[in-house]
Amino acid sequence: MEKNCIIDLKSISKEYDGVKVLDNLNLYVRKNEFLTLLGPSGCGKTTTLRIIGGFEQPTEGKVIFEGKDITNVPPYKRQINTVFQKYALFPHMNVFENVAFGLNIKRLPKDEISRRVSEMLRLVNLQGFEKRSIQSLSGGQQQRVAIARALVNEPKVLLLDEPLGALDLKLRKEMQTELKNMQKRVGITFIYVTHDQEEALTMSDTVVVMDKGVIQQIGTPVDIYNEPKNAFVARFIGESNIVDGIMHEDFVVEFAGKVFKCVDKGFAKGEKIDVVIRPEDLEITTPEEGQFTGVVSSVTFKGVHYEMIVSNGKADWKIHSTIMKPVGTEIGMRVAPENIHVMKKVKER
Amino acid sequence: MKLKVLSYPYVVWIAVFIVVPLALVLLYSFTDGDLEDLNFTISNFRKFLDSKYLNVLWISVKLALESTVLTLILGYPVALIIAKEKPSKRNTMIFLFVMPMWMNFLLRTYAWLTLLGKNGVINFIIEFLGFKPLDLLYNDGAVLLGMIYNFLPFMVLPIYSVLVKIDNSLIESAEDLGANKFQIFTRIILPLSIPGIITGITMVFMPAVSTFVISRLLGGGQYMLIGNLIEQQFLWVGDWHFGSAISIIMMVFILITMAITSKFDTQKEGSGGLW
Ligand SMILES: Nc1ncnc2c1ncn2[C@@H]1O[C@H](COP(=O)(O)OP(=O)(O)OP(=O)(O)O)[C@@H](O)[C@H]1O
Ligand SMILES: [Mg+2]
Repeated sequence: MEKNCIIDLKSISKEYDGVKVLDNLNLYVRKNEFLTLLGPSGCGKTTTLRIIGGFEQPTEGKVIFEGKDITNVPPYKRQINTVFQKYALFPHMNVFENVAFGLNIKRLPKDEISRRVSEMLRLVNLQGFEKRSIQSLSGGQQQRVAIARALVNEPKVLLLDEPLGALDLKLRKEMQTELKNMQKRVGITFIYVTHDQEEALTMSDTVVVMDKGVIQQIGTPVDIYNEPKNAFVARFIGESNIVDGIMHEDFVVEFAGKVFKCVDKGFAKGEKIDVVIRPEDLEITTPEEGQFTGVVSSVTFKGVHYEMIVSNGKADWKIHSTIMKPVGTEIGMRVAPENIHVMKKVKER
Repeated sequence: MKLKVLSYPYVVWIAVFIVVPLALVLLYSFTDGDLEDLNFTISNFRKFLDSKYLNVLWISVKLALESTVLTLILGYPVALIIAKEKPSKRNTMIFLFVMPMWMNFLLRTYAWLTLLGKNGVINFIIEFLGFKPLDLLYNDGAVLLGMIYNFLPFMVLPIYSVLVKIDNSLIESAEDLGANKFQIFTRIILPLSIPGIITGITMVFMPAVSTFVISRLLGGGQYMLIGNLIEQQFLWVGDWHFGSAISIIMMVFILITMAITSKFDTQKEGSGGLW
């Protein structure tokens, strides 16, 4: 485990003018993985990335790179390259010169530079663009130049700060696949920042969910989706029903006025908790067969499924189902014990 | 339609204060004789080809070039230092730097007389320290100093305004790609500030080559630049025809110089310059 680790953030905290924006961050990044920092705007993703890149110093804590403390090493001495949020391509240079910048700084021989730049431009599908000016490129093309400019230096880690943020949906999807393929091909560790949960889930090996400068959960996309650790993660990743509940004893929980079997334990008797149920995990039945009942109050067609809001007096439940029940119908609902997620209430900070 | 009407005063202004005087200067330069009896001639221009006058032109251009180069060498670092400061601080710094420009040009130059003169402040200190007083006024150095002092803000401002607009992420990405401070300067900052340098050079060279006040006050009565020559022809000698011809020659000279400098301005956009 330790040997496989390339970057290790140890108890990183960062303050700006006395305001904590990162609070005791601990994170290790494995070699060659695609790790995504995911969280709402202002949660500290960019700050974390800038600390890894060396553009900010943490107020407390250490950055370990391959076992060595690099907290005070300036960016230009780190084997890490960054693709900036706004690309930050050099406007006075053409595509070739932009990509060759890092290699020129290293004073590599001319023919090697031109070979590696061409190779890289082929990788990002921009062969023939060498002489083009940056201003003449589309957003997607600029994006690729930025990626090529970073990758050509063969960094051990590539940092990407919302690199697809400025692209339209279709191009975004294409670039997601392309980036993922590129990462597999070159075998470089990617640390990727996004606030788009779908993007995070489709591209990553590991997702780090952050909120207000604190890591909420680290896990594989499947873990994060299926086993959200708290109500924040559940709400942020995909859609969820989150209702108040009470834990009676291990494996027994009460919500919606009924008592249910569940798979969670380790809570205090009578502890107030959050219950999270995904809309697709609620099964529609007849009122008699349901564990609890409610009345359909709205129906929306969503393409592959219907989204229904069902009220049972205590709460509104969102259900995704291929079966449609018209507004006003009383229905029953069932949910399997393993799909009931019991979570500690998060204290409001 | 409305806009057109609004532009009339402006058009009148241009006509009265720019086009008419210019036309008059042009007319005078190609003629001689009295106003009632003008004759076309190019003798005014031929007269200028005398080595006496050509030498004045040469000295003026040389001095203007020297002041331009020196203000650039002094002004660039100043602009760079100010641009690197936090926004609140740099506004104050630029303000302090520009403030003297609000004072009358003549007054500012007179101030140097009291500093550099025989009984001026500097010589007072030198004598106080037990040395012999120096001749600080009425030489090339004094004129050059006056030029640099007066024109430095015109070099600093355009360079500064280009420098503050350089996106910090460009500098960070250069650093990210392995460039040290020096390489960041030579490969990113300097090339991106060329439009500001061009504007600065223009703004300093033009007034410097045509000044007559600075050379008069700090260079003494017999100090002759092309500006003084023109002034002399109009006010003292009374040969408006020759004076106009010299003005035209100087204008053509400035235009050529500007055309050459703007060639170096490869990046047209965002230059914020004069052209
Ligand atoms: N230089 C700075 N000075 C003061 N506060 C800062 C600075 N940089 C960031 N912050 C604050 O730190 C917090 C985290 O910012 P950060 O840029 O890391 O968020 P983010 O997760 O990247 O958000 P986004 O998704 O909007 O890019 C924000 O509240 C921000 O205002
Ligand atoms: Mg950000």
